Amino acid sequence: MTDQEILAGLAEIIDEIAGVPADEVTPEKNFVEDLDIDSLSMVEIAVAAQDKFGVEIPDEQLKDLKTVQDVVTFVSKNS
Amino acid sequence: MTGSKILAFGGYQPDKVVTNDDLAKIVETSDEWIRSRVGIESRRVAAPGETVADMAEAAGAKALAASGLTPPSIDLVIVASCSAEVPIPNAAATVAHRLGIGAPAAYDLNAACAGFCYALAAASDSVRAGSARHALVIGAEKMTTWIDWQDRSTCIIFADGAGAAVVGPTADGEPSGIGPVVWGSAGDQAEKITIPADTHTIRQDGQAVFRWATTAMHPVALEACTRAGVSPAELSAFIPHQANLRIIEAIARRLGIPRERVADDIVHAGNTSSASIPLALSRMAEQGRLQPGTPALLLGFGAGLSYAAQVITVP
Repeated sequence: MTDQEILAGLAEIIDEIAGVPADEVTPEKNFVEDLDIDSLSMVEIAVAAQDKFGVEIPDEQLKDLKTVQDVVTFVSKNS
Repeated sequence: MTGSKILAFGGYQPDKVVTNDDLAKIVETSDEWIRSRVGIESRRVAAPGETVADMAEAAGAKALAASGLTPPSIDLVIVASCSAEVPIPNAAATVAHRLGIGAPAAYDLNAACAGFCYALAAASDSVRAGSARHALVIGAEKMTTWIDWQDRSTCIIFADGAGAAVVGPTADGEPSGIGPVVWGSAGDQAEKITIPADTHTIRQDGQAVFRWATTAMHPVALEACTRAGVSPAELSAFIPHQANLRIIEAIARRLGIPRERVADDIVHAGNTSSASIPLALSRMAEQGRLQPGTPALLLGFGAGLSYAAQVITVP
């Protein structure tokens, strides 16, 4: 899977869970500061990402994933 | 084998309302923060001298009256609770005596927030096996006993209340009204929700519990539907433990159950642990949101970590 495909899939998830339009989900965006996504939504996003990409994002790693690019990189490296 | 069914519900909430603004005066939080994280607007808190048995009695009396049965018809009383003031005497025998129920089998059961579903399963099996004819099943909690009012991650969540159901046998040829229970536990995660002996205050790893509840519980719910022979689309109501509105919504979304069929009693009741499911059921019945004769799904989950689900036929 390319980073572009992961980004598109992640944007769909974020749209569904947090109601953030997919075109606003760009790599440099910070989840908390730019997209107003809280820690519980991050857990839901991690769970949905696991279903979609087959990559588990444990809570210990999740707290270090601050931006959209961080998640894309994590999924890319672990898939 | 005789079938079992629920005959009636009853609920009780203490008078004292505690709003989010009230909590914001004693701990650093806000109405907006609490609503967005857990979905609670207000909760009820028991009076200082009000006990688990007092609340159980009040809910039990309502369920008994609604069932049309006389107190002596009940021969089994189970109180699910994890917040009784004392280990003995158990609440069940006291409640039975106060309600004029002669000399029933009576015991308390602790499966925390899954307690009501566990007790309902135990009562249903007792009726089906012929160990009891009519059972009074109560979930009653004074969770504020365990609250550290300086801990903003828990004091905004937990609350007090009680709910009850009367279980009895089905008529000849009538299908059973309480489906097979799907229950279990995840003791490897026991430390995620605890009341340590040295502090006597409730602590939970909210994020870990959230992840567990939103990933491990919908398969349990689906299996309960399968074992009862109904699809989620056929459910007229879904009554999960009222833990956190976001957990409730996430599980409902995964089951594909529309929001209007999902209990949201937590908004004005808070998390009352084992009382939350029967309390939500009795409120939905009062509001006319339950259709008699239709299937509804119950799903309890919490400390243990313990969980249980069953499909019931709405009385």
